[in-house]
Amino acid sequence: MTVLVWLIPAALFLGSIGLAAFLWALRSGQFEDLDGAAERILYDDDPPGKEDKAR
Amino acid sequence: MAQVIAATVLPDEAAPPADTADDTLGPYVCRESDGTAAIHLMVENMHCGGCVQRIESSLQAMPGMIEARANLSARRLRLRWREDALQPAGLVARLNEIGYRAIPFDPDALRDLRAEEERMLLRCLAVAGFAAGNVMLLSVSVWAGAFADMGPATRDFLHWISALIALPAIAWAGRPFYGSAAAALKARTLNMDVPIALAVVLTAAMSLWETARGGPHAYFDAGITLLFFLLIGRYLDSRARSRARSAAERLSVLNAAAARVIGANGERMVPARLLRPGMVVAVAPGERIPADGRIETGTSEIDTSLITGETMPHPAHPGADVYAGTINLSGALTVTVSAADEDTVLAEIVRLMEAAEARRSRYVRLADRAAGLYAPVVHLAALVTFLGWAAVGGMAWQPALMIAVSVLIITCPCALGLAVPAVQVVASGRLLRGGILVKRADALERLATVDTVAFDKTGTLTLGRPRLANTGAVDDAALSLAARLAAASRHPLCRALVEAAGGAAAMAGVHETPGCGLMARIDGDGETRLGSRAWCGIEEDDGTGTGPELWLARPGVPPVRFAFADTLRADAAETVAALRRQGLAVILLSGDREAAVRAVAEELGIDDWHAACRPQDKVARLEALAAAGRKVLMAGDGLNDAPALAAACVSISPADAADVSRTAADLVFQGEKLGAVVEALSCACAGRRLILQNFALAVGYNLVAVPLAAAGLVTPLIAAAAMSGSSIAVTLNALRLRLARGAIAP
Repeated sequence: MTVLVWLIPAALFLGSIGLAAFLWALRSGQFEDLDGAAERILYDDDPPGKEDKAR
Repeated sequence: MAQVIAATVLPDEAAPPADTADDTLGPYVCRESDGTAAIHLMVENMHCGGCVQRIESSLQAMPGMIEARANLSARRLRLRWREDALQPAGLVARLNEIGYRAIPFDPDALRDLRAEEERMLLRCLAVAGFAAGNVMLLSVSVWAGAFADMGPATRDFLHWISALIALPAIAWAGRPFYGSAAAALKARTLNMDVPIALAVVLTAAMSLWETARGGPHAYFDAGITLLFFLLIGRYLDSRARSRARSAAERLSVLNAAAARVIGANGERMVPARLLRPGMVVAVAPGERIPADGRIETGTSEIDTSLITGETMPHPAHPGADVYAGTINLSGALTVTVSAADEDTVLAEIVRLMEAAEARRSRYVRLADRAAGLYAPVVHLAALVTFLGWAAVGGMAWQPALMIAVSVLIITCPCALGLAVPAVQVVASGRLLRGGILVKRADALERLATVDTVAFDKTGTLTLGRPRLANTGAVDDAALSLAARLAAASRHPLCRALVEAAGGAAAMAGVHETPGCGLMARIDGDGETRLGSRAWCGIEEDDGTGTGPELWLARPGVPPVRFAFADTLRADAAETVAALRRQGLAVILLSGDREAAVRAVAEELGIDDWHAACRPQDKVARLEALAAAGRKVLMAGDGLNDAPALAAACVSISPADAADVSRTAADLVFQGEKLGAVVEALSCACAGRRLILQNFALAVGYNLVAVPLAAAGLVTPLIAAAAMSGSSIAVTLNALRLRLARGAIAP
């Protein structure tokens, strides 16, 4: 059972990465336009100059 | 209240609008020190991903544009550009070119505390979800270990790890409940959050104690999972509210009128809210008068149907008082804005409205009523269990308390805390797709209790716009000739004529005399005139002239009369019949004259009708009905309906209603279909049925689970399974509303 000493922290670490990613996404405003984001993936050609607008 | 929202949409009113070419946009542009400027726009008709792409790409293509980002959920557009390269007016013009109407707004005024609260809830939800998942993972190992040969050392180790995850999560993510419970206790009342907070805190404390003494049962998983489920409910609730709020904000921004102010150096556009007494505004024919005032120059007719419900226009001449919201029909006017003093129609209406609202009995929401029963019963059950085991059963106080806590956990209030918000979110989402906005959180619950529907006539049962009434009596040649003349004018009757003729191209050389009519010479054939009786040189004769009319006079041909009437909405009769079939009483309360109201009432088969009602008469009528125990839904649009809307049990108004009325109404429907009333009612009833079913499910579940818990038979495994099972059952039941047939097409 000593393997638990490694396994549990590993599991918690992986889970907390997920939590941190979610909180980051929330803070960076990715949940503000869920309808629009669903459509944006369908645009095939990004107009030039769109790359520089990191949010 | 929504009134506050309407007032906060515009920026600081003390700042005078800049006197530049684009001064309607000026107050909204925010300039940065690095030479860039930004503006937030609301784009009315942005519906799909295609719109987003078209708007973004065509604005990106403009030189100097740094960023154009549309938000489809909120129908907003954020633009940032280099100030030296672009003028804001050009941006709006470009949007108009590709077919979108954009209105500026101030994002800081719209951002409120609730949005912050919603983000907080989402953060709590994320933390609780993370903790619940991990603790459950450990708990499953413990449960499995009970059947295999897990040693007590390993079990305690897993319990300690669970405590390490669950305790901080419970302390942090439970804050929304602790705060609300503390506030309720301070006010010496019980709300639903008191048993929730108590259950969660006691569970955590008892589990910690059990872990510390190396006992077999720790309920960390049940505590944190309960918190997770209830946070989902809390978040859904707040999301439904914010969606309704943003819809109401959108309406108020879109309907904010601009006025043309005549200043020393010509005309400029100013938002209607920035008008000050003494300013002179120009009102073209067909426009809405932006503020209360007195006519300086011009003669015209005024349509006051939004104020009084009366369809016949009133003549207006210099010196006459005019009111905001009325429509200038025929001639161009200039109006001096008068001070908003206490004698205006609006002030009187607002006073009546406030009085009516104060007299209306407060509605207690179903969930709150259920919580009022639930909290004492649960606390009593837990107390009886504890005393029973400790005093009567002779058990030590620690295990007795443990069993009492398991009673608190097992009576999970998920039917109240999760299923009711879920029903509300689904119901208001379904109505929103059909163009019906639910503005108050408890409006649907109140709607489900309704047994009487009171309609206003003008603008509610009818469209509030004139339509050609005597199509049969007019020959096609005269109609098409009249329509070609009429196409040159913006007068509402002329527009109605063009519409009746199925569209027409304007004739060249048409001359318009405001307040009188149109004139043109056709092929040197003499004058052809379209306009009032006097303009066409026809003597007054009685009998025909009962409503708005136009005459067409041609040389050598007898004059033709076009009569107009405010026609019923296409599905008005159908709607009234459908309401009747559902066993609802339908009444008609109108401010219009008796003859007009009787005609509509007879056409729709409404027996109970009242004409020439003043606003206070409508309120008195509704209050008499309420005193007789009737629950009334009031549907109205005019300023004169606003007090009645506030007095009724629940109210609905069309999206083009007067501002005050739309603010007072609990629901707002868009489009020309009156069937929205039936749809809203049936959706509300379906929602109420589901809520009651969920309560029944919850009661049934508790009848089985509570005796088991009180008998001390509930282990952590059973507690977790029973609680999750009941939560999922009530939520799935709530989601059935989504599948319900009769969902209206967008």
